[in-house]
Amino acid sequence: MSDTLSKIEKRTAYILILPAVFLVFSIILFPIFANVWISFKEVGLKDIRIPEPRAKKIVKSIKDNPDQLKLIYKLRNSSLILEIREVKFQDKLPKNIKPVNLDERCKVKSNKIYCEFGNWKAKYRENFQILIKSSDGKPINKKDLKTIKPKLTGKSDNILLNTNFTLKNFKKVFFQNEFFDLLSTTFYYTFFGTIGSIVFGILTAQLVNQKFFGRTFMRSVLLFPYVGPVVALAYTWELLLDPYSGTLNNLLINFQVIQEPLNLLGQKYLTINFFGFDLKLRLALTTVIIFEIWRYFPLAFLFILARLQAVPKELYEAAEVDGAGPLQKFINITLPQITAVISILFMIRFIWNFNKFEDIFLLTGGASGTRTLPINVYEQGFTISDIGMGSAVSIVIVALLLIFMFVYFKLIGKRADEN
Amino acid sequence: MKTKNLIYYALISSIFLFSLVSIWKILVTLQGVELKNFNFAIIISLGITISLLNLIIGEKLYYLIKSTFFALIFTFVDGYIVQVMPFWYNIGIFAILIFFSLKINKYNQKYLASEHSSQIVVFDFLTLFGIVLFSFVILFPFYMMLITSFKTQAALLINPLDFSINFNQDFKELFKSYFVIFDTYKFGRYILISTFVSVGTVIVTLLFAIPAAYAVARLNFFGKNFLSTSILIIYMFPAIVLVIPLYTVFSQLGLRNSVGGLLIVYTATTLPVAIYMLQGYFRSIPKELEEAAIMDKLNWFGIIIKIILPLSIPAISSVALYVFMIAWNEFLFSLMFLDNPNSFTLSRAIQYLSGDAETPRQYLMAGSVVVTIPVLLIFVYFEKYLVSGLTAGSVKG
Repeated sequence: MSDTLSKIEKRTAYILILPAVFLVFSIILFPIFANVWISFKEVGLKDIRIPEPRAKKIVKSIKDNPDQLKLIYKLRNSSLILEIREVKFQDKLPKNIKPVNLDERCKVKSNKIYCEFGNWKAKYRENFQILIKSSDGKPINKKDLKTIKPKLTGKSDNILLNTNFTLKNFKKVFFQNEFFDLLSTTFYYTFFGTIGSIVFGILTAQLVNQKFFGRTFMRSVLLFPYVGPVVALAYTWELLLDPYSGTLNNLLINFQVIQEPLNLLGQKYLTINFFGFDLKLRLALTTVIIFEIWRYFPLAFLFILARLQAVPKELYEAAEVDGAGPLQKFINITLPQITAVISILFMIRFIWNFNKFEDIFLLTGGASGTRTLPINVYEQGFTISDIGMGSAVSIVIVALLLIFMFVYFKLIGKRADEN
Repeated sequence: MKTKNLIYYALISSIFLFSLVSIWKILVTLQGVELKNFNFAIIISLGITISLLNLIIGEKLYYLIKSTFFALIFTFVDGYIVQVMPFWYNIGIFAILIFFSLKINKYNQKYLASEHSSQIVVFDFLTLFGIVLFSFVILFPFYMMLITSFKTQAALLINPLDFSINFNQDFKELFKSYFVIFDTYKFGRYILISTFVSVGTVIVTLLFAIPAAYAVARLNFFGKNFLSTSILIIYMFPAIVLVIPLYTVFSQLGLRNSVGGLLIVYTATTLPVAIYMLQGYFRSIPKELEEAAIMDKLNWFGIIIKIILPLSIPAISSVALYVFMIAWNEFLFSLMFLDNPNSFTLSRAIQYLSGDAETPRQYLMAGSVVVTIPVLLIFVYFEKYLVSGLTAGSVKG
């Protein structure tokens, strides 16, 4: 009895989860595997359109012969590169109409015309004609003829489905793509963005954890950058930072902080004289990192605030009795309480920043030294139109992500064992 | 009283005062008032004087009188002697000084004598400073977005620092950018598409997620643990690695440039987190209720509809709000999949607008305001329900 019950339970469970699992599998997991497949192929953006046989139907009357009409089909192969094999054509005629002197490739069967056109090379074009006449003497309605659309089918190679593989893409990724430059920019961006957002998260959480007037309002405001649409925020920042009409540069010049406007998003390096040493700062990259910190510290803030509010008050009271100052309280009580949250945050933010695309894309488009791996995926795939290369870069990203996750879970597991 | 504590107190308080005054000065400059200098030395020395006077006077004067006195001195020196400023500027300075004097009122000679008082003073002022600074840094871009949308191209070019709005002009002139984006750039249509996609995503996601979450929370089946961990791992995977295969497959299936295709992708990307959040909530519902229902011969469909759903309205609505916000803000897929202006979402439309270098910036900002306001309104209005979900990691980004 219980056996059948558990069987029913199992069956029900599978029915319930199946739609969700199917959807996630086809939209998220399948593409990840498909990436591997595509990355070993030489595919351009233009190759992925499947070639189609197409026909445009034109109805024409014939001058000398009012009983007959001419149907012209402008046939063509939509592809400029691929052949279509065994093209089949089918069109329907109204009941009272019969074709005259039909092309030998065609047959008529109960008011339908079937033709076999054989193979069409790339760019193939033909003007195919059929003469028709009315079988019962009634005039032919041109409109009726026009509304019936011909159907064409054909077989063609799908470049994605054949088994020609190559290692070219990966060779290009590693040796012709300034790979190490890309990698270092990505790490620089990811690391400082992550650290920055966590540091500001700690600071703001510490702030909001105290009692003051307008605290709930402050909490909402701090989350604004995180919940706002990235497009709106990025363009606002772009306008704010513009070297000529931007508010920031004009303010700084107005208050005599700087003499010349800084092109914060368009200049690769800024040389700063620091006690006689010339320091080269990656200006655009730094700006992009600051935007990222501004936008994502709220997540760290929320996580840490939630943890801080769970720290028992007695700990602080006891420390106060022992004569500890605010700094000691922070170092000895608060920090140990939030290290676990911080390590989780570090991993989440690190992975997400590593894959950040929209922010850099909208701010700089990957120019002036801000080209990260995700930006490169887009550039390879859609700017240079090399789908295979784009996939290969995606594969590199996935591989690196898997390594991060592996290392992270190892470390977490170790710590869990120790405790 | 310790000298060290005294120095800390005087310095940090005057630096705090300086930053408050500077922020006020920036805001004033943006109203078209010409101000070229923060007067660092003058403000700091005034601040130090006031904080020292505060210690000397102590409680000999009633604190309100004392504060007014300080504020008057400062306003007079800053607004009349150093530079002559408009009346409303001085009112602001006066208010800042009152606030500042009330804050330093609690520090007296006895207070500064204790062991950790310097640290406490630093922490107190850092807190205040942080609140002011963070609010400013966060709100400023939003403020700028709003103001710019009301300006004209000419005004923006002549003086980029002039944020003042002329309210005397015609209503139609003031909202010109909004009229233009709705008339010329068809933003009404984009709002409809965005709303349709977002609401559609919410409905489809919930339809898929509720049964799945119920199964994960309540039923025993083979692969359950595997499923619940893989939900989280899948959630970590970035959209950028899905883009190329989805693009190729959707192109070949003719799903590109269709709102339906976008809906499928959005649903799939929000499903993992929706399932994760919902199953957490479903677990907290007492099992006894369902056992009673099984006695009444309800099947799983009946259980979900009659018991689970009514009990988890708060969780479901918060998931719905999240999914809505994610879909509304989404940009990457709409960039990849849509290139026909007739099927643009709001985000994609704004990006398309900016692609033309000649598009006046105020139109762009008006578009940004239009896309931002619904999200912020939802967020502020439902904040209580949303914050707990955010900590569960529901918004990826």
